[in-house]
Amino acid sequence: MTGEYSDALWPDERQRMPLRALAEVSGLTEDELLQLVDCGALAPSSESSGQHTFSAVSITIARTARRLRDDFELEPHSVAVLLAYLDRIRELEAQLRALQARLPR
Amino acid sequence: MKFKDYYAILGVERGASEEDIKKAYRRLARKYHPDVSKEPQAEARFKEMGEAYATLKDPEKRAAYDQLGQQRPGEEFRPPPEWSTQFGEGAGGFDEMDLADLFAGLTGRRARSGRGGPAPAMRGQDYEVTAPITLEDAFHGTHLSLDLTTTEFDEQGTPKRVPHIIKARIPKGATEGQTLRLPGQGGKGIGGGPSGDIYLHISLRPHRLYRASGHDLFLDLPLTPWEAGLGASVEVPTLAGLVNLRVPPGTRTGQQLRLTGRGLPKPGGGAGDLYAIAQIVMPPELSERQRGLLKELAAESTFNPRQHFH
Repeated sequence: MTGEYSDALWPDERQRMPLRALAEVSGLTEDELLQLVDCGALAPSSESSGQHTFSAVSITIARTARRLRDDFELEPHSVAVLLAYLDRIRELEAQLRALQARLPR
Repeated sequence: MKFKDYYAILGVERGASEEDIKKAYRRLARKYHPDVSKEPQAEARFKEMGEAYATLKDPEKRAAYDQLGQQRPGEEFRPPPEWSTQFGEGAGGFDEMDLADLFAGLTGRRARSGRGGPAPAMRGQDYEVTAPITLEDAFHGTHLSLDLTTTEFDEQGTPKRVPHIIKARIPKGATEGQTLRLPGQGGKGIGGGPSGDIYLHISLRPHRLYRASGHDLFLDLPLTPWEAGLGASVEVPTLAGLVNLRVPPGTRTGQQLRLTGRGLPKPGGGAGDLYAIAQIVMPPELSERQRGLLKELAAESTFNPRQHFH
């Protein structure tokens, strides 16, 4: 991991991954991911031939869910509630930043 | 190897029950978890308490830790020699190990003794790193070198901490709260598994002139009363250099004058805008003549800015 500089990449908005791949990159089980889908915390981008596929945004959500599961020892429903609050906090922080940027120093 | 007092980190007595340890960890996790905390150094504190909890919640690891006795935090010590086979299976001794590696090694040993045979292919660990950049970096793109300590496993599955310098090319247009990915730059895979990724969370450093909101920038623009009243053409600094801005006659304090496309570039093309916020500023001192001119204006004007009070 030393030597040349590597390109930092934007999330690929067009990327779609199957459930198994999301489980691998997030560290959650497929069953836990499906429970998060049932709770509304994860939104599959499409369902083709009975299989969910997920966008790049789901990676960030699922990785956060895995951290919350491990670090607070939570089950999927509690993780889903916490994810909803975190999303709301991020939204409010962005609004606060936007308002503060408009205030003169 | 440096000693860490796991009981002190969690704020519990050495004789604390499993339940007390769990409660202490949960209380601290609520305060310091990086996903929910705004405390300074939350990430480092949480890592430390996670390490302490991982050892103390496991009866076998806790018993082994207790065998080390109580020493001063940070003090150099050597674990009992027989531990080299119990924990690390002779993987180069304890010199390169951290206390956390030592106890993580116990988990690896248990897993191996239960499983037998070679380790299955596993993807390397992903890492999350905060990348603080300046607005100039966000505008032009930049190269970053970040320190990261990863955990790598030898053929026996014994963990070892390895310091790395992550070299990343950040494209222009990255802004606060965005996440970029360095594919394959995370922890090495095990048993032929692919390497993990590094996720870079972009954080913008405060700038002396501009404030950012998404890809838009905001700048305070001090104006004299006569520039605001009569209108003027003033030089305004942008991240690409100075530009002339026409201040219309009758400009009020707080009015936003937009410089289209002079904000931060957007990843998909185009750019945010720069807003100059007018601030009317009086000279700190007035000469006799200037005071006279203002008195003349006061006598001439019938404008009442507080009319709406009545």
